[in-house]
Amino acid sequence: MSFLELRRVSKSYGAGAAEVHAIQDVELSVECGALVAVMGPSGSGKSTLLTIAGSLEEPTSGEVVIDGESLQTMTRNDKSRLRRRTIGYVFQDFNLLAGLTAVENVALPLELDGHSAKKAHAAGMGALEELGLADRATHYPDQLSGGERQRISIARAVVGERRLLLADEPSGALDSTNGEAVMRMILGACKQGVAAVVVTHDAQLASWADRVVFLRDGRVVDQTVPPPSPEALLEESSRSGPRQ
Amino acid sequence: MSVRHAILALLSEGPKYGLQLQKEFESSTGEVWPLNIGQVYTTLQRLERDGLVESDEAENEGTQKGFHITDAGSTELSSWLNTPPDMTSPPRDELVIKVLSALRVPGVSVHDVIQVHRRYLIELMQQWTRLKEDEADFDLTFALVVDAELFRLDSVVRWLDTADGRLKRAASEPSVASTGPRLGRRLVVRR
Ligand SMILES: Nc1ncnc2c1ncn2[C@@H]1O[C@H](COP(=O)(O)OP(=O)(O)O)[C@@H](O)[C@H]1O
Ligand SMILES: [Mg+2]
Repeated sequence: MSFLELRRVSKSYGAGAAEVHAIQDVELSVECGALVAVMGPSGSGKSTLLTIAGSLEEPTSGEVVIDGESLQTMTRNDKSRLRRRTIGYVFQDFNLLAGLTAVENVALPLELDGHSAKKAHAAGMGALEELGLADRATHYPDQLSGGERQRISIARAVVGERRLLLADEPSGALDSTNGEAVMRMILGACKQGVAAVVVTHDAQLASWADRVVFLRDGRVVDQTVPPPSPEALLEESSRSGPRQ
Repeated sequence: MSVRHAILALLSEGPKYGLQLQKEFESSTGEVWPLNIGQVYTTLQRLERDGLVESDEAENEGTQKGFHITDAGSTELSSWLNTPPDMTSPPRDELVIKVLSALRVPGVSVHDVIQVHRRYLIELMQQWTRLKEDEADFDLTFALVVDAELFRLDSVVRWLDTADGRLKRAASEPSVASTGPRLGRRLVVRR
């Protein structure tokens, strides 16, 4: 079943001669447990697509459906509850709060959602442990490496019962080892049924996805077809063999 | 992948039989490249002819011959390890030629041509990445081979992305859009 659906979604900024069509007629459907990557050059509308999918912005036209419910018919309150409970958002610049420790950052969405501080803290520790970050729990963001900060921000996005993970360039300036760790975490969440959309211009990160959607000038121009089994690849590479 | 030098590398650990070399070659390339036993023996014969390995006399008829590396073989191996492979030649690969050609064909969108190849490369990368997913049965040599493939494909995708962007900018600033040959301009790479 598809958990997130964008139906002919368009978004324009400005008006008249200065009007910018950030995205146009975008159709996208992400099933529970699926990892979809969105690739495209800078300015192609990737962030716009993600903020609309995350109900942070309204589309100019078209419809966003999350878990079978159209955002159009939701009240402001419904939407903010959806953002607190259901959607985990990872921003390009990590967005950790400098005054809070790692575990406090992770626990924050739960506290905002009305859980007791104690319960939120325990859930936060649980998420960090699962991701091998327990020894960083009491560190402040400026005491963490870029890779650790990014992994903490993903822990924050998946803590609790989140079912939709939206990540905007989650590897930012990370090296490929940390980029891989980030994708493994996101894939781990998907294995537990989370639907995820990752925006990236990095082909190696995108290649972790079940499906890659290509954006150009605000439009979806292409997408990958599901790959055959890896065995087929090995056979092919065996056939070509080593060069003498 | 040079089979010749890979075999020298395996023999640098100590004397080995042909069959053993075949097995070890395959596992040292993460089982990605099979090597038949005939190839192993032809390679060993050539290495012996060049004085880089020597065979031990079989003790009696029918037992396997062992091989060991010579001093000349060790020198050759060390010089091969430290010699960068030839990467200086200007890019003349097929994909580059396809993209350059697409620019000249009326009615063909070079952006669409680029996207066809980009998608194909990403699909290939997805398959390689899928092999990494299960960390449990992912051994070190295999990891190195898979990474090498991914980085190779990635660099091609990055070239396509860059070409795409450059062409788009050129189209909006016609002054730099010239695709005609520049007189006297040749790509010269010193060897
Ligand atoms: N708030 C905004 N106001 C005006 N234009 C915007 C705004 N946000 C994005 N845009 C424009 O929309 C287009 C798509 O932007 P964006 O979604 O950020 O692309 P990407 O994330 O792929 O780089 C760009 O041309 C950008 O300048
Ligand atoms: Mg962006």
